[in-house]
Amino acid sequence: MGMGGSGIIFDEVCHTYRPRRGRPVLALDKISLDVRDREFLALLGPSGCGKSTLLYLLGGFMPIESGSITTHGKPVTGPGPDRGIVFQSFALFPWKTVRQNVLYGLEKQGMPRAEREQRTKELLELVHLSAFADSYPSQLSGGMKQRVAIARTLAVDPGILLMDEPFGALDAQTRALMHEELLAIMQRSPKTVVFVTHDVREAVYLADRVAVMSARPGRIKEIVSTEKPAGAGSEFLQTPEFAEKVEHLWGLVRDEAIRAQDAAH
Amino acid sequence: MKAAALRYLPLVLLAIVWELAPRLHLVDASALPPLTAVARSWFSLLVDGDILFNGVSSLLNLLYGLIGAIVVGIALGVLMAWYPTFDVFATPLVRISYPMPKSALIPVMILWFGLGAGSKIASVFMGCLLPVILSTYNGARGIEQTMIWSARALGASRWQVLREIVLPGAMPEILAGVRNALALSFILLVAAELLVGQRGMGYLISFLGDGGVYDGMFAAVLTVSAFGFFADRCYLLFMRWMLQWRE
Repeated sequence: MGMGGSGIIFDEVCHTYRPRRGRPVLALDKISLDVRDREFLALLGPSGCGKSTLLYLLGGFMPIESGSITTHGKPVTGPGPDRGIVFQSFALFPWKTVRQNVLYGLEKQGMPRAEREQRTKELLELVHLSAFADSYPSQLSGGMKQRVAIARTLAVDPGILLMDEPFGALDAQTRALMHEELLAIMQRSPKTVVFVTHDVREAVYLADRVAVMSARPGRIKEIVSTEKPAGAGSEFLQTPEFAEKVEHLWGLVRDEAIRAQDAAH
Repeated sequence: MKAAALRYLPLVLLAIVWELAPRLHLVDASALPPLTAVARSWFSLLVDGDILFNGVSSLLNLLYGLIGAIVVGIALGVLMAWYPTFDVFATPLVRISYPMPKSALIPVMILWFGLGAGSKIASVFMGCLLPVILSTYNGARGIEQTMIWSARALGASRWQVLREIVLPGAMPEILAGVRNALALSFILLVAAELLVGQRGMGYLISFLGDGGVYDGMFAAVLTVSAFGFFADRCYLLFMRWMLQWRE
């Protein structure tokens, strides 16, 4: 790694949550973490551990109060098309059709008309939604909505893809299909991915490494490599290695989930 | 067919009662002229051009005031929702003026803008402004944060987010607020015209009433009601067209 550094570097990032009423709460406590270029990293932790907040800070949606985050050597100061994001709630623009949603980012990038129409067409093919190009989001199922959101984000070709529990609102079958689709897409055009989840199996299946976070205040508890044999598909889910990793990570998360629960009461 | 017929049945019954009650001397014919007399009177007001002249005058003043309130109200509502400093400054003003009966402002508007069209337009404008501000504010505040962040991450500037995400995102609430404003605008305009002035449907009503031409007065009242009804119907169609993206 050169001096500029590739990938993403979190350096002693702290964040304090300040509710309108009540005392401020330390949400993130000196998070230091490196994400390698084209690595798929999962942030795993109980709800309320600040993993989504960490993602929003990387997205540039909130000011970084202390510490720093750099991507490819450049400090994060605000949102940018180099960091695309996909949310659990899809966050589609409901008054725009599927095609218009995907076109939006390309328009902002100033891509010429013919080119952006072509790119949108390709992306809708990639997520198997060509037949729904002129539908409105309200006419789509949850899985389809999330595929539109992924296409919209990938359209501007961000080097870094941020995913905030993207499949959390989907039923189990749809989620499994989305996992395979996401892995297939990443194989075609690899990106650096930071994927927030509280689902251990999802983290092990998708990620190259899993960073386990502690209950509030959020700290990195342990980083576990979950690299799979090259070209491994969904059959990996049936292997003893997979079960072992899930077991190990569940052990780490379990204590934190209990602590988080106790704190909530 | 049957359902539609049933829907209009109460109207038909009302018309029959209206016609028969004065004819059978159940009510004083000067207090409630028979519907056919009202219709005859309406026809002569139409032929003489009274309805056209006063109606156009009323509708123009209503449109000026309403459109002004919509434009200014949406701008203020979005600014209040988007800029915290603006919010701190404007919200107490809005809260204080909200419960005030809007018609109480009409005499003030007459004092400031005179007896002519100015005070009518100003009355409609002032009365319709608050509902538009509040609905825009609530609509803009209700937009999911993630939608705004998505647009920002796709490369939209803050100004573009305001125009392209916040404004269309708030549109359902804005359109509902404008519908309230539309209903209010008729009330305020006619009230202002009843008070002073030499033209407009409100003026026609008071002129005919003062002159004892009660069938004509009822004809003018019915005309204003019909205006209001059709304006609301047209607006509903427009609203449905604007919001066709919703299920």
